[in-house]
Amino acid sequence: MDQIAFLTDILLPALQKGLIITLQLILLAAPFGFVLGVGVAVGRQYGGPVTRFLCKVLVYFVKGCPLLLLLFILYFGLPSIGIVFSAFTASVFGFILCNGAYNSEYIRGAMLSVKDGQMIAAQALGMTRLQAVRTIVLPQAIRRALPGLSNEWIYLIKYSSLAYMITVIELSGAGKLVATKYFTYTETFMAVGVVYLFLVTLTTLAVNAIEKKYAVPGMIRG
Amino acid sequence: MELISILLDWFPYLLRGIGVTFGLVLSSLGLGVIIGLPMALGQVYGSRLVRVPIGIYVWFFRGLPILVLLFLFYFGIFPGLGFDLSAFVVGAVVLGLRGAAYQSQIFRGAIQSVGEGQMVAAQSLGMDRLCAVRSIILPQSMRIALPGWSNEYPNILTDSAVCYAIGVAELLTRASQIVAQTYVTMPIYLAAAGIFILMNYGGMKVLHMIERKIAIPGFGSGAM
Repeated sequence: MDQIAFLTDILLPALQKGLIITLQLILLAAPFGFVLGVGVAVGRQYGGPVTRFLCKVLVYFVKGCPLLLLLFILYFGLPSIGIVFSAFTASVFGFILCNGAYNSEYIRGAMLSVKDGQMIAAQALGMTRLQAVRTIVLPQAIRRALPGLSNEWIYLIKYSSLAYMITVIELSGAGKLVATKYFTYTETFMAVGVVYLFLVTLTTLAVNAIEKKYAVPGMIRG
Repeated sequence: MELISILLDWFPYLLRGIGVTFGLVLSSLGLGVIIGLPMALGQVYGSRLVRVPIGIYVWFFRGLPILVLLFLFYFGIFPGLGFDLSAFVVGAVVLGLRGAAYQSQIFRGAIQSVGEGQMVAAQSLGMDRLCAVRSIILPQSMRIALPGWSNEYPNILTDSAVCYAIGVAELLTRASQIVAQTYVTMPIYLAAAGIFILMNYGGMKVLHMIERKIAIPGFGSGAM
């Protein structure tokens, strides 16, 4: 009896509020992470020496240091040099950087798999480099990078929970507050876990469908 | 000048976090092999009764954020079962259980990449299944698995920082403590980031060296 009241009156409303914040974090970070990934990959592949160096430093830094530390730098560190973000904004920025850095590696790998001859052929037809990258190389590369990118989306769902560590009350944060207040750790975190499992499983099914739809015809999929 | 003396004063405290972080990573990698390898074998050679529970385990541990797993086990499951474990032990065990889920899939792929004909051939020579797995399949598949397995190192290293949430005194926790004590933020965080990055790429260098050493001759190294 008590259990049911706890579930319907306290736990579920709290988790619902948290879930909305989690979805906001993910849906804001994913598109920009994709754009950053494409930008960094193109920069590293076709940019000048300075662009190439900066993109490389960004990728190495973000991949080398824990995301949680990156969030601390954005939220607790930057105010000391006069840049102040809200916790939510700092989280979204952190997720964009992390997602973008990993995406760029997949897209760059896929761009390398598009044969050099296509670039030369495109230029021979009078395209500029930028046009060739935009209309010839990227459409093929992004499709080939899709399995990697969808992995990163699934990671994004999971690491969005780290926003709680810089005070954003998203799904895990909402769970932690309820669990601490009512001393129901196992039940609450299992419930939180079920929501994440649901999100991850749903996304996996969705990206599998997208991958199938956008697979390059005639290419054998791994 | 004051900043430099603060940094020098606190640097040893920060450096001691390297050992803790490393302990988390190593126990997680170790548990990952000890639990993950039998799980991979079970998934490839086991009956349905073995495969389904392993599948659920992998789905559960790969689907939950590490933060939620840490909270669940540290505050919920372990105390509920009557275990009074230190934060470090819980962190290491949870990272290990989760690592096992990821690593079992790497091992599974490697085992399946060894041609089925070899199993048939071994059995036709009079070996039983266990003997064939131990002396024919595993020696090959472990070498194939190595590049994928060493890619787990940076993942676990960066994930280990989340143990901050349950108060394990690893690098990030120590950095935050120093920040709270001294009000020096950026230099401390950047120093911690530098240490993580060094551990990350340094560790990868070592692992790549090992990979080259035990790569299957003629198979190319790390090209899988």
